[in-house]
Amino acid sequence: MGRKILLVTTDQQRYDTLGCNGGTIARTPVVDGLAATGIRYERAIPQSVVCMPSRSTIITGQHPSTHGVWMNGVPLPEDAPSVAEVLHDAGYRTALVGKAHFEPYIDPFLRFAENALSSTGTTPPGGTHRGFEHLEFATHGVAGATHYARWIQANHPELIGMFYAAIDASLQVSSAGGGDTGAPQVHSNAVPLDCYHTDWVADRTISWLDSLEANDDWFCWMSFPDPHHPWDPPEAEVGRIDWREVPLPENYPESASEREAILDAKPRHWKLWYDGSLVSNYEAPANWVPATMTADQVREITARNAVECELIDEALGRVLDAIAARGWADDVDIMFTTDHGELGGDFGLMFKGPYHVDGLMRLPLVWRPAPSAGVSPSVVSTPVGLVDLAPTFCAIAGLDATDWMQGGALPVDSNGGPERVLTEWDSELWGVGVHVRTITRDGWVCTAYKPGTVHDGTEGELYDLAEDPLQRNNRWADPACSTIQSDLLADLWDSQPSVRNPRLQLEAPV
Amino acid sequence: MTSPRGTVRRHVHIARTAEDVWEAIGDPARVHEWFIGIESCTVDGTTRVITTRSGIPIPEEIVTDDPIQRRFQYRITGGIVQEHLSTIDVIDLEDGTCLAIYSADAIPSTMALVIAGAAGSALEHLRITLEGPH
Repeated sequence: MGRKILLVTTDQQRYDTLGCNGGTIARTPVVDGLAATGIRYERAIPQSVVCMPSRSTIITGQHPSTHGVWMNGVPLPEDAPSVAEVLHDAGYRTALVGKAHFEPYIDPFLRFAENALSSTGTTPPGGTHRGFEHLEFATHGVAGATHYARWIQANHPELIGMFYAAIDASLQVSSAGGGDTGAPQVHSNAVPLDCYHTDWVADRTISWLDSLEANDDWFCWMSFPDPHHPWDPPEAEVGRIDWREVPLPENYPESASEREAILDAKPRHWKLWYDGSLVSNYEAPANWVPATMTADQVREITARNAVECELIDEALGRVLDAIAARGWADDVDIMFTTDHGELGGDFGLMFKGPYHVDGLMRLPLVWRPAPSAGVSPSVVSTPVGLVDLAPTFCAIAGLDATDWMQGGALPVDSNGGPERVLTEWDSELWGVGVHVRTITRDGWVCTAYKPGTVHDGTEGELYDLAEDPLQRNNRWADPACSTIQSDLLADLWDSQPSVRNPRLQLEAPV
Repeated sequence: MTSPRGTVRRHVHIARTAEDVWEAIGDPARVHEWFIGIESCTVDGTTRVITTRSGIPIPEEIVTDDPIQRRFQYRITGGIVQEHLSTIDVIDLEDGTCLAIYSADAIPSTMALVIAGAAGSALEHLRITLEGPH
């Protein structure tokens, strides 16, 4: 019997939403406890700041250029490499419960296997799908083809209309606001907690774990859809945190002129989005102008986001209790992370896009190795990537990393880890093309904008993370930084991962 | 702000003659044979109703079915689509191969990507079907 693996992902969660990372709004004692007895990473970086490419990186252990999912809406080929398949082949029982999103959600033709599976059961044709023998899907509400949506339809049809309608009548991500402040994607949802997708994911995970034999080795990816927008947690839980008492984010300049001055010093697409002139990410509400966002709206979103983080923490606690009840507590590795971050009011912005700064790039990552492994608790300050998760799972299972994995096993202290971490963005929609490459190394974040329809190839961003932790002071054009800039850019281009050929096509908006 | 109208194009090079490819594309009653996700269709004059794999019936108006230009055009006439025109062209490359091009224009814009995105996959399926396994 080997070590079992529980991979817990959330969606679009900021680093600073966990107590162990200094967060003060959401109470997260379960993850904090895992951090105290495990390894907490202070700079875990996604290889993409949107869902499908980042999730594809987690499962393949490859950068987006290589696995080919360059943006939401580009499906990961069904025969793409999968760490779950490696583990399954080694004898692990495997399951994915919750949000997958390797394939597009908007799928009226029901072309994609994951959407089709929700109507046929939880066991894929052929025995496994991407290496998982059991799949039960959920996403942010009850629209679309997921097991959770079907469960609600079958058992609680009265709840269907209570969730926020994330897509509006024009098939755009809705900008409709709600709550006390009219904040976008905020909605009062009367769904009871035990019918909300966070608890459903935990319940279904526990159910699958209960189906296993005591001696089974298993890899379970429990994937919570929250705290990704919409922010419509069960209304009965919203009172946990009074938004009026929530402090504004440290990186939210209250003065509009200060916000605009900071944005003006960044590449042009920052300010263009802020003032409503450009949308380069489908998932950002197309008809919402960030400049109109008020401080109270930021507070209310922050509060609801924190409520969702608390619910996840409590749901995880229930799963850990179930694991302990099976007698597995000493033999389970728990990996807690997210796919990407959330701007969360930073610079006066919300949601996400081609903005490679901490709000989107600094992720919560906690690895609590199985106690039986005897790994000492630590805090790792050197950068690591989500691309390092797949080889870490192999190492936990006593397997060699495969030759197609591009990362390395996570370090257990700050003496190891990758020399550099890469992040990329490519979007091409409605005539707007944005192409971004970023390197994080030696305490710097350097971002180059390749030629597109917005940028001419000369723009970039350069931040000293120690001196400028909020990334407000773009040093790209600072002559004093020319040497480090040249060094980082040379390394960035020399280290680019292999590019999938032929290029995969965008098949849906998300 | 983004335009309410979207236009998306997909194409595939097929190592078969334009006539061979047009035989499939130009017959409106055969769309379910090559468009993955369309389970069935009925054609009555210039009216076609397709049914997607998810069970959604979509009524369409056939606008153009021109075997000389090898151009097929149709409009979706129901559902949430306010305006739509899809055009499929088969271009003879005069070397025994052809280019099949699918363009979708729609309001709301997202629908153009939903249709053409699926069509790109369908064209690739058609290519594999006609060329056979390599």
